[in-house]
Amino acid sequence: MSAPASEAEAPPAARPGQVTLAEIFLTFLLIGATSFGGGVVAYLRNTLVLQKGWLDEERFLSALEIAQALPGLNATNMSVIVGDRLRGPVGALVALLGMTLPGATLVMALGVAYASNASNPHVNAALVGVGAAATGMLAAVTLQIGRKQLGTVADVAIIAVTVVLVSVLHVSLIWVLLTVGPIAVLLYRPNTPPVPDRPEPHHGSL
Amino acid sequence: MDQGGSNLQVLGVFALLSVLAVGGGAAVIPETKALVIDQHHWLTDDQFRDIYGLGQVVPGPNMLMVMVIGYHVTGFMGALLAYLGFFLPASLISWLASRVWDHFEGSPWRASLQRGLAPLVVGLMAAGAISIAKTAIDGAETVLIAIAVFLGVYFVKKVNPAILVLSGGAVGVALGLH
Repeated sequence: MSAPASEAEAPPAARPGQVTLAEIFLTFLLIGATSFGGGVVAYLRNTLVLQKGWLDEERFLSALEIAQALPGLNATNMSVIVGDRLRGPVGALVALLGMTLPGATLVMALGVAYASNASNPHVNAALVGVGAAATGMLAAVTLQIGRKQLGTVADVAIIAVTVVLVSVLHVSLIWVLLTVGPIAVLLYRPNTPPVPDRPEPHHGSL
Repeated sequence: MDQGGSNLQVLGVFALLSVLAVGGGAAVIPETKALVIDQHHWLTDDQFRDIYGLGQVVPGPNMLMVMVIGYHVTGFMGALLAYLGFFLPASLISWLASRVWDHFEGSPWRASLQRGLAPLVVGLMAAGAISIAKTAIDGAETVLIAIAVFLGVYFVKKVNPAILVLSGGAVGVALGLH
């Protein structure tokens, strides 16, 4: 890894083709091995924009915009998009593998161990505690994102309708996406914002 | 280990979840539970909570836990197919979309899409939190652990979430929760 770089001295964006596949793989492998708790967007920005200079801030945000609007996890979608921009489809594949390999190896090791120790009281106690902690974390992250991004009556209505459909009425996710999705986008259709002059959307996310 | 599921079913279930995962992993938890527990009976509620917990303590995307679900259904082949099913379809969509996205550079609908999806995603995440709570919260001790972690993440900005999650596990062992 290069020395920590501040934003001012970030190197210029690399031209596609300059970066080797091995470098892409190792970079994403390191991010995949060190990012925890869904804060992967911050890790990606720090590495790809500030340290490596593979993308400038604008390209990074445009990639993030795509990653968030589409199905899939931000971490893996970003790996695919950035890898593709650096070295085409093979770069995308290599970045995806690097991002997921450390976690996949570890979770499988734990999963195999769990399968033969599921009735061990200590394993059980630890996982009950982890599950409770994960619930608190997800609730906090959801509230953080919600408070930073949202605030109009339309936002609150969309959130409430979505929660009622999924949690109370147990409507299948595909129907929730196909009904609430288009309505939500139409509520914010061009030129008729419910509230003008909204602040820049927050880009942190799971 | 085989609880009546086939490799093809594992691939199908996680490929479906992949294309439905708008808003990321948390948003798709209720649907994952509906398919894996209620429809296919691959896991019990408690097993789902345990495996979800395993995903929380490893680095990288915590939805890598789908591999452990696949492993429980058909062994290592199930784990591989769950990985391919959950990550390839969404990755392919992202890859194609990023190549055409720039053609819509000036379109005001891009901003509408982003702005409209934001509250939908928060709603789906809230539903995901409710869904996990139903499985993982049982008794006063778990309520207190969840509240402590909530306060830690929400108010102490610089704390590493992994440390809080692991602390939850340590408290669980210390109290002998079950």
